[in-house]
Amino acid sequence: MCVSMYSAVWSREETTERNYYTRYHNMSEITAWMEQMKRENPDVVSSMVYGQTYERRNITLLKIGLSSTVRKKAIWMDCGIHAREWIAPAFCQYFVREILRTYKTDTKVNEMMKNLDFYITPVLNVDGYIYSWHNESTRLWRKSRSPGTGGCTCYGTDLNRNFYANWGMVGVSTDCCSETYCGTKALSESEAWAVTDMLGKMREDILAFLTIHSYSQLILVPYGHPNISAPNYDELMEVGLGAAKAIKAVHGMDYTVGTSPDVLYANSGSSRDFARLIGIPLSFTFELRDKGEHGFELPEDQIQPTCEEAYAGAQHIITYTHDKAFYSYAATVTATLWTTLLAAWVSSAILLTIICMYKQVK
Amino acid sequence: MGWTLLILLVVLTVVHGNPTVMVRTGSGPTVGFDQHPNSVPLGEDIQTTTEGESEVVEEVMTTGVLNPSHYPARRAATVVQHYLNTRYGSPYRWIFLSTVHSGSAEDVAEMGRKYQLELTMQEMISNVSGQCSAELFFPGGEGQSAPQVQASCEGLHQSNTTAQEEAFYQQHRASNNLVSGNNIPDSYGHMEPSMKPFWQLGGVASSFIMLRESNESTLYNMAQVANFTQLETEKDQLRFNYHVLLHEMISQEIIHWKLLVTWSPEQGVQVLQTELQPKCHHCEAPPNTTN
Repeated sequence: MCVSMYSAVWSREETTERNYYTRYHNMSEITAWMEQMKRENPDVVSSMVYGQTYERRNITLLKIGLSSTVRKKAIWMDCGIHAREWIAPAFCQYFVREILRTYKTDTKVNEMMKNLDFYITPVLNVDGYIYSWHNESTRLWRKSRSPGTGGCTCYGTDLNRNFYANWGMVGVSTDCCSETYCGTKALSESEAWAVTDMLGKMREDILAFLTIHSYSQLILVPYGHPNISAPNYDELMEVGLGAAKAIKAVHGMDYTVGTSPDVLYANSGSSRDFARLIGIPLSFTFELRDKGEHGFELPEDQIQPTCEEAYAGAQHIITYTHDKAFYSYAATVTATLWTTLLAAWVSSAILLTIICMYKQVK
Repeated sequence: MGWTLLILLVVLTVVHGNPTVMVRTGSGPTVGFDQHPNSVPLGEDIQTTTEGESEVVEEVMTTGVLNPSHYPARRAATVVQHYLNTRYGSPYRWIFLSTVHSGSAEDVAEMGRKYQLELTMQEMISNVSGQCSAELFFPGGEGQSAPQVQASCEGLHQSNTTAQEEAFYQQHRASNNLVSGNNIPDSYGHMEPSMKPFWQLGGVASSFIMLRESNESTLYNMAQVANFTQLETEKDQLRFNYHVLLHEMISQEIIHWKLLVTWSPEQGVQVLQTELQPKCHHCEAPPNTTN
């Protein structure tokens, strides 16, 4: 009992130290951290289990925002759809900590917390992430952990090829042993289904969708298919380039912006494409550090600078999204009120004139 | 009469000025959830072939001036990076692509494709940058033939590695204390400082394979040195067996190679033997213990 008490105290202290966010954490640590975020910020943080993995584990998101009596608009962020990209869950943790740390004192973050809810999934591919922590030989696992079918003995489907967005058309493999295996059919994977289900329910409310990956230092805009353009491609590029500029201002790192077929490779069935297809206007993939020197095994001493720059990039997108929705909203209300008042003034002026003329005639 | 007019006034105001505020959620038409998400906007043309295998859309190769931030220039530039490491790399000199400034590509009638690139390369240990002009040729045809590269760089050789290389060479030349290591970097991206030159040497040695295996549809990086073992020094060359993991970006595969590597300050890095390790499919089964 003393040992377990000691380790419980140690974990609590650990998570309040600054250097918690400069280390990678396994799934049980991240789960405990989510509980802690709820405990420490009960008025702004709640959690939601919105699906199950193949191995029947919970897929959990944190919902963060100031409570409101009216239905709120939302920002979606998910990390860790690919198991080996450990910097991504680390970023989700950093992002949550940062908005919780600053919302009381930073007027802009406070305003966004008031008007928006952030739906953040620190680890989407829970089975794969846990598997990548098993030992050194599993560290570079990418896919889910569902078994192969039809006599194929390999495991896993690439979750980011499994969404109902031009599924199976390009940049995928039909070999279940391949790292880009798209599955037996779209949404064969319960993890992809969980996200699809949530996005479907929240479709009217989600203003921006961010999905976090590594590596290559890119900001990708829809679509992954080379022959299909998003209707707001220009807007997506403008916002993406703004985010890249914000990233570069932090530590000088270059992030390239473009569609996946332009700057990386063609692909289909991605969550980013699905989000754009169902009408979420601002949908981006972040590929974080580095450019290949360490690749997936990014040193822990790069977690902090990577998170700092990615935070600046994400905030650029979120601020744009928020201001477009809420300052346009205010502008529309104001304009409508002014029009109303003007119309009322004109109507009454005309009527009074008629009355006067009528009285004169009479 | 007056009351009627007043009521009329109020009614006019209310009916006209009912604010219906809509939050704009994006320009352009949006696809309804009930509409098939796979639907393609009218007028778009997709060439698809219904084969059971991987790629089903024909990739059209860009010719002419290349966009430096698009993948064709970047993939070609990475091949130049691999080439430079085979020529100039060492345990203390490891070169990476920094920026693509400009490039162009052209078909060479029925033989392949030729690229011309202007690049900045960076040496990772000394942080010295250099400007490079490169030409590379990807042979076409059935056989898997290595790309041919020519490159000239200014400034990259400014890093003076002679002293470090010599010290390292002398330290490990005697065969009474052969070195070995594994998982460099480890899962957390860490490595012992003493292992760093072996990691760099592994990266340079991997460049020989990555250069040989590259084509316009690949982008290679070394993911990790799984293990290395020093062998007896022969003919004044340090000798090592390396097991490296390469990451191929387009397929996302991790490819295992075993290499026999030699190095000395005079001779540079040589790769004498390479052996592709097959992917271990039965290794993928779930472990007995669960987290």
